[in-house]
Amino acid sequence: MDGEPLRRTALFDVHRALGARIVPFGGFEMPVQYAGILAEHDAVRKRAGLFDLSHMAQFELRGADVAAWADELTVNHVATMKPLQARYNIFTNAAGGAHDDVIFYRLAGRWLLIVNAGNADKMWAYLQAACRGHVALTDLRGETALLAVQGPRSAEVLAPLVEADIAALKYYTCVETKAGGAAAIVARTGYTGEDGFEVFLAADAAQGLWDALLADHRDVLAPCGLGARDVLRLEAGMPLYGHELTEEITPLQAGLGWAVKFGKPAFTGKAALEAQAVDGDYPRIAGIVLDGRVPARAGYRVLRNGAAAGEIRSGSIAPSVGNKSIATALVDAASAVAGTRLGVEVRGTEYPATTVPLPFYKRG
Amino acid sequence: MAQPPGLLFSKDHEWVKLDGDVATIGITDYAQHSLGDIVYVELPRVGATLQQFAAIGVVESVKAVSDIFTPLGGDVLEINAAVESDASLVNREPFGGGWFYKLKLADDAEKNNLMSGADYDKLIAEG
Repeated sequence: MDGEPLRRTALFDVHRALGARIVPFGGFEMPVQYAGILAEHDAVRKRAGLFDLSHMAQFELRGADVAAWADELTVNHVATMKPLQARYNIFTNAAGGAHDDVIFYRLAGRWLLIVNAGNADKMWAYLQAACRGHVALTDLRGETALLAVQGPRSAEVLAPLVEADIAALKYYTCVETKAGGAAAIVARTGYTGEDGFEVFLAADAAQGLWDALLADHRDVLAPCGLGARDVLRLEAGMPLYGHELTEEITPLQAGLGWAVKFGKPAFTGKAALEAQAVDGDYPRIAGIVLDGRVPARAGYRVLRNGAAAGEIRSGSIAPSVGNKSIATALVDAASAVAGTRLGVEVRGTEYPATTVPLPFYKRG
Repeated sequence: MAQPPGLLFSKDHEWVKLDGDVATIGITDYAQHSLGDIVYVELPRVGATLQQFAAIGVVESVKAVSDIFTPLGGDVLEINAAVESDASLVNREPFGGGWFYKLKLADDAEKNNLMSGADYDKLIAEG
C-alpha cells in the first residue's frame, strides 16, 4: 500500500458531509469518528450504530471445488457450511501463522469471502496463486459496499428497509434479498459484541440505503467510525489482524483454538499447529486490566516480577468495562493465567495490571 | 472562533493566564477538539522545575498520546487533580475546570515567546 494513492469508498463524500474525521486505514481514507468515539461507542451498546465497512475486500468464489479447496487452506470447516450460513475462518501459512482472518458466506451457487482491507492485495495474490480445479475467483473490490448496523436496536432500524424478515435471521446466517430497494445480502454478523447486521450491496446502492437509514432513525442510529469499532471489538475480545493475529501469531496463540479443526484431513499449517498444541508452552494473547487509568498502547512492554513477559498488542479505555484501561498482550503461558499480577511499562514507569479471561465484555 | 480575552498562547496549543508571577496553564479548545475524547492526563509533580517549551506531561485521547509542552518555565505550584481523575473535563471546559497546572514564572521575558489570542486565531486558521 505504501506509495499507492489512498482509495475511497462510495460513501466518502457522505462521511465528509457528516463532519467525519478521515484517516488512512487499510489503504483507504476512512472515517475514524463523527461525533466522537465514546458517544458512538455508547450508541452501539445502547441503541444502534451505522458503519461503512466498504474498505473490507469482497471476493466471490464459484465452482464445484470451492469447499474442498478452501478446506485445505484454512483452519475451520468450509464444506460443512449450509447455504446461507456464515462462518469465521483463518487462512494459515505453513508455520501456522495467519495470512488473514475472514468470513465465508455460503450463498446459492456461490460463496462470498470477506478479507481485511490491509490484507486484500496479499490475499488476492495468494488465492489466485493457490487457485486450482473448479474454482473461479472474482475480485469485487470497487464494485461492492458493506454497511453494518450494530446494536440492540439494529433489527428495529434495519427491518423496515429490507424485504426479507431479518428479525427471524439466526446469528451467523444470511439472506439474499433487497435492502433500500437494491439487491443485497443481509447477514446477522458483526464485530462489536452486540446484535447486528451486515449488508452487502452494490457500491452505487450504498448511499441510498445509508441515507434512508439515517433519515428514518436519526434519534436511534448514530453514524460510527473505525475508532468506536476498535474499542467495541476489543471489549468483546475479538481479534484485529495485525494486532492479535499476524503471520507470526497463530490462531492457537490468539485464543482462536475453537476455530481450528484438527479433524480435517489436511490444511496448510496443520502440522505446525498440532505441534504447538502438543507442546502447549507458547506465548499467547491474554486479556489485561490495569489497576489505574493509564492507557496501555500497542508495543508497550509487559513485565512479570520485573522480568519481560511480553508486549501489549491492543489497548483502550473501556466504557463498557467500568472505564478501565484494558488491553490484549502477547505474553508467556504462565503470565496468561487469569489472576496473574503483571506490570505494563508506560514511558519508563511500571503500572500494575492483572490478567483476566477474555472477553472483557459480554452483552447481557 | 475568538479566544477568551486576557490569555497568551503557544504554537503547541497551550494557553497561559498570568496573575502576577503565577501562570495557570491548559490546552486550548482547538487542541481538545483535535485530540477527540480525552481519557488520561499526566501532569508534572508539584515542586518540579520546568524549562519553557519542554515536554512535561502527556494528554491521551482514545486513539493517541500527545505531549504537553509547557508554554513557560518555572516551578510547579499546584496541579489540577480533577483532570487526573476525570480527563473528560479537558474536553468540556478547556479554558475553565480543565486547566492543568500553575507555576511560578522563572523569567518574565519568556512571555515574549508567546502570542495573543488574535495571533493564535491566525495560526489555527492556517491549519
